[in-house]
Amino acid sequence: MFAAATAALLVVMGCALLRALLGPTVYDRILAMNSFGTLTVLMIAVLGFLSGRPEFLDIALVYALINFIGTIAVCKYVMFTDLGSPTRGPEWDDI
Amino acid sequence: MIELVLDAVTALFLLAGCILLLIGGFGLLRLPDAFARLHAAGMIDTLGLALILVGLMFQAGLTLVTVKLGLIAVFVLYTSPVVSHALARAALAGGFRPGARHVVLPDPSSPKSLPSGSGEGRAP
Amino acid sequence: MIVFLHAVSLTFALSVLWILLSGYLDHALLLYLGAVSVVLCVVISWRMGLLDREGHPVELVFRGLLYWPWLGKEIVLANIDVAKAIIGWGGAAPDPTMFDVRASQKTAVGLVTYANSITLTPGTVTVAAEGDRLTIHALTSGAVEGLAGGEMDRRVRWFEGTRISDGRIPEGGA
Repeated sequence: MFAAATAALLVVMGCALLRALLGPTVYDRILAMNSFGTLTVLMIAVLGFLSGRPEFLDIALVYALINFIGTIAVCKYVMFTDLGSPTRGPEWDDI
Repeated sequence: MIELVLDAVTALFLLAGCILLLIGGFGLLRLPDAFARLHAAGMIDTLGLALILVGLMFQAGLTLVTVKLGLIAVFVLYTSPVVSHALARAALAGGFRPGARHVVLPDPSSPKSLPSGSGEGRAP
Repeated sequence: MIVFLHAVSLTFALSVLWILLSGYLDHALLLYLGAVSVVLCVVISWRMGLLDREGHPVELVFRGLLYWPWLGKEIVLANIDVAKAIIGWGGAAPDPTMFDVRASQKTAVGLVTYANSITLTPGTVTVAAEGDRLTIHALTSGAVEGLAGGEMDRRVRWFEGTRISDGRIPEGGA
């Protein structure tokens, strides 16, 4: 049961990776990597149950939070080419 | 007996979640542009994730593991719309125009006119 | 006074979170470290001015107990709708549209809740929010009709409550 779920997750992760490779814009790649991170969280959780060690869930929890921070940081970097103050004027003042 | 029922419920939830995730992954590949793919990613982030985590909860029973699974679901459900919105804003600010029809709903009194879409979006 | 009450509720919530995540109640060192972390978090939030109805809207939890199940039902229905559009079930096909809706919420918390609820239901994504005007990108025609009905707007307006003494949206943007 868990093995089948892991296989399905691997297929979906492959789809996300393929989208990240194909592009065509940088936003497709960011989106694909965000989905890949969510799928990794699920993968860690299911793998914890597959190997009978649910302690893996702590790692999944931290991964979910880091995935969020990382995606926001990349979005901000792409938007402003800077992680500090916005540079495009008041129109798009901040993400 | 009760374990058999719990296993069956877990299998059911995992099956539904995996089908939804596969459709979402297929949508990531099939949909036409980045904004449309946001919806496929939204499917993965909301119901796909929730179904799989609920399925695992039935396997864990009333323990701290269930609480942690619930916390993962809550964190992802709170952060995923923020990521979608930030990505959409970054794409619009970077000059990306989605290939979408612009419609005006009858309700808003002063609808804003965005620059019109031009088929396939372009990179900044 | 309101800052103090929010500090108490934040301390309680963070302590419960620490104990649930660690699972050790008989380990003195871990409890000390937890207490230090919680106090540090609360002090930093207080210095940043986050302990008000906007930064820590704990009053809304009880209304949320009625709103979130409805939102969950909407998310399930929207997921089925988008899944049909992706695999082309019964002639459904993706039909991307963009349109504006007007948000009738009075507080920033209400507006953010509405925009995030729209984004959380697959099929609709809030692309831009300026003042009370939200620009939406929708994938299916069913999603457009669901938003045009305005039921989610009404429910979020109920959810944000009537006490709008603070946290009001400033003029010229949220």
